[in-house]
Amino acid sequence: MIRVQTEDFDLGAEIARMTDGKTSIGGICSFSGLVRDIVGEAGDTGVAAMTLEHYPGMTEKALQEIEAEARDRWPLDDVLIVHRYGRLEPGDNIVLVIAASAHRDAAFDACRFLIDWLKTKAPFWKLEETTDGTNWVEAKESDDTAADRWNKD
Amino acid sequence: MKLVYFAWVREKAGLSTEDVTPPADVTDVAGLIDWLKGRGEGYGEAFADLDLVRVAVNQSHVDLDHALAASDEVAFFPPVTGG
Repeated sequence: MIRVQTEDFDLGAEIARMTDGKTSIGGICSFSGLVRDIVGEAGDTGVAAMTLEHYPGMTEKALQEIEAEARDRWPLDDVLIVHRYGRLEPGDNIVLVIAASAHRDAAFDACRFLIDWLKTKAPFWKLEETTDGTNWVEAKESDDTAADRWNKD
Repeated sequence: MKLVYFAWVREKAGLSTEDVTPPADVTDVAGLIDWLKGRGEGYGEAFADLDLVRVAVNQSHVDLDHALAASDEVAFFPPVTGG
């Protein structure tokens, strides 16, 4: 399941909902992304806030495709992707990815795959507000490298 | 043809969405960009470095040589930075 929303999410509540009445799940991996208060790699200028813009319609389509690809590659009992948009402040949740499977290897790998592909394929853009003004966050080559390792030849 | 712009591409182009009817010799994404660049300074700035611009047609990522139809929704945006 995928959700794109402005509201916050609760990791514990999402996992409880996922496992409620379901005893086939043996392992769950999750990744939560939060707004940090440092800029880039240097980290000397404070981020006051961040506004996430997205492409309504394509965002949902892209996330559904990423979930479908994960389910195709690993034996997963459940998948959840939640991504927020709008204005967020340091410490706020941005994204949640959960993969549940009978065994841990599939859960670990699928979780990593989901966030790696999301970061390079889902149409979101971050506008940072810092003490020096606003600037659009630039895509990182390391994110491309992380996503590329899941490509099949 | 519906065009949509996001993030700094939207800011430079100066608008978030528009309906256009390109001339018949515009057959692919690259041709559409060339035509748009001739329409105003903002487009010129938005498309100054095509290494920094990504394109989606009907909400799927495509390359610059992707063929276009009149009913397409074409989106221009920077490399994505979600997650």
